[in-house]
Amino acid sequence: MADWEPISVIADKVQKGELKAVDLVKRSFDMIGRTKDFDAIISVPEARAIERAKEIDAQIAKGQKVDRLAGVPFVAKDNFLTFSGKTTAASHMLENFEAPYQATAINRLEVEGAICVAKSNLDAWAHGSSTENSDFFVTKNPFDKTRVPGGSSGGSAAAVALKIAPFALGTDTGGSIRLPAAFCGIVGYKPTYGLVSRSGVVAMASSTDVIGPLAASVAEASIILDVMAGRDELDSTTIERDTEGYDVQTSKFKLQNAKIGVIDEYLTEDLEPGVEKQVDAVIQKLKQAGTKIEPISLPSLPLALAVYYIICPAEVSSNLARYDGQRYGLFAKDAKNLEESYMLSRELGFGAEAKRRIMIGSHVLSSGYFEAYYQKAQTVRTKIINEFTSAFKKFDFLIGPTSPTTAFKIGAKTKDPLKMYLSDIMTVAANISGNPAINLPAGFSNNLPVGLQIIAPMHADRQLLAFAKSVEELLA
Amino acid sequence: MAHLSRLKLSEEEIERFREELAEILDYVKQLENADTKGLEPTYQVTGLKNVTRADKPLDYQAKPDDLLKRAPDTLDKQFKVKRVIT
Repeated sequence: MADWEPISVIADKVQKGELKAVDLVKRSFDMIGRTKDFDAIISVPEARAIERAKEIDAQIAKGQKVDRLAGVPFVAKDNFLTFSGKTTAASHMLENFEAPYQATAINRLEVEGAICVAKSNLDAWAHGSSTENSDFFVTKNPFDKTRVPGGSSGGSAAAVALKIAPFALGTDTGGSIRLPAAFCGIVGYKPTYGLVSRSGVVAMASSTDVIGPLAASVAEASIILDVMAGRDELDSTTIERDTEGYDVQTSKFKLQNAKIGVIDEYLTEDLEPGVEKQVDAVIQKLKQAGTKIEPISLPSLPLALAVYYIICPAEVSSNLARYDGQRYGLFAKDAKNLEESYMLSRELGFGAEAKRRIMIGSHVLSSGYFEAYYQKAQTVRTKIINEFTSAFKKFDFLIGPTSPTTAFKIGAKTKDPLKMYLSDIMTVAANISGNPAINLPAGFSNNLPVGLQIIAPMHADRQLLAFAKSVEELLA
Repeated sequence: MAHLSRLKLSEEEIERFREELAEILDYVKQLENADTKGLEPTYQVTGLKNVTRADKPLDYQAKPDDLLKRAPDTLDKQFKVKRVIT
């Protein structure tokens, strides 16, 4: 199947009547059928998608102007609340849950004419790095069916790589957009914390959760971010937009003006040789393009994962407390009293990883342990932030691999939770600090995609996207 | 810890989690050695403080009935739960 045309071209053709929104949506459904073996998709809100497509086509036939995503199909990770069909977070707890409202991010895309054609698989509650923790099924890597697509937004990354839609939405709490984007060979963008409203997205770790796009190119990801970004009355942690916006389709960032730091701590001896080779090749090309590029050490970065595995379970245990079988979601019919009803509903509704995180969280927050674990972790967080801040006094951007390896085999890490957690070793620091970061495809190692990560100062999303677009052109 | 988290676990799960959680907690213990003298904890990174809005109801997508109909049991527009004391 051919590639999708760029988002702006699709929307323009729909606006001119050269393409019908209905046909675009049907093309997505056709691709979902053809790629079923990869198990990227949980559900397809077919009726509503067709209905919206018809409305858009009718508006255009009447000569009305539709906005810049007119008729563009997209896939949403199934932890985004959407109308029609179910929102499961890939969990048994929400297996039959129909959302009573939509996520702000989805609403903003719909206002511009985009159409949600599918809900994608994830590690249940977004807890994981491989999509193997889904309570339903395991998504396969588009480049090798015996391997994972990365996670937790593995279904969204696979859907874009499989050309089900031109873009997808994901969430990134410890690397969940960037890691699957790296493993599936696409662009994945994690904005500055607070830039996109989290209203209507199933909460995981609230102090690091962000929402972002996965797409075939930086320019396309930038349009989607531009549509979603900015203050939302329904999420008090949202921040103001950059006055220039985030769409970098026409921007021309001059690489020779960039000062780039290569993160020492991410070029460890554990790096897969093929990954190291590709990252080195990028560094050489950037040098040839005239960028100022030097190594930089951020000595506390290796601690970021330990910080994360205190903060994240702590916030998870609090956020998942609401799933108690009383108001919505799975409930145990046979319980004799209220407490048993909580216990049985949670036993049935949560998989092993959710239980693990809830218990670690309860432990690190319990009185007597709070200071040793939670407070200490939040203080090391300050140390990591300070190291980023001082690095960005010297450099415009920091680069390194997104992951020490390419996509691993299905089942390789499922027996060892700590080993699975270590998959996020290079992505998690940007979640702890809040900085924006992107995964760019950077060639292959043994026929599997390698990901390059670029991290930027807080709120420098526009600059990061413009720079990433120039790097993308350099690598093309 | 399972009871504190309102999780009912099987014997097998208890055995498995005991080992796995010990390993994870052992890993995060490396933070003990990090020098954080003079540093304050960071609980959130936006720098936003006391975000407020006018104290009046918004016209929201979901109405009270939409929320109630997702519950296993309701009575007079309220959630109905099992007996607390048996």
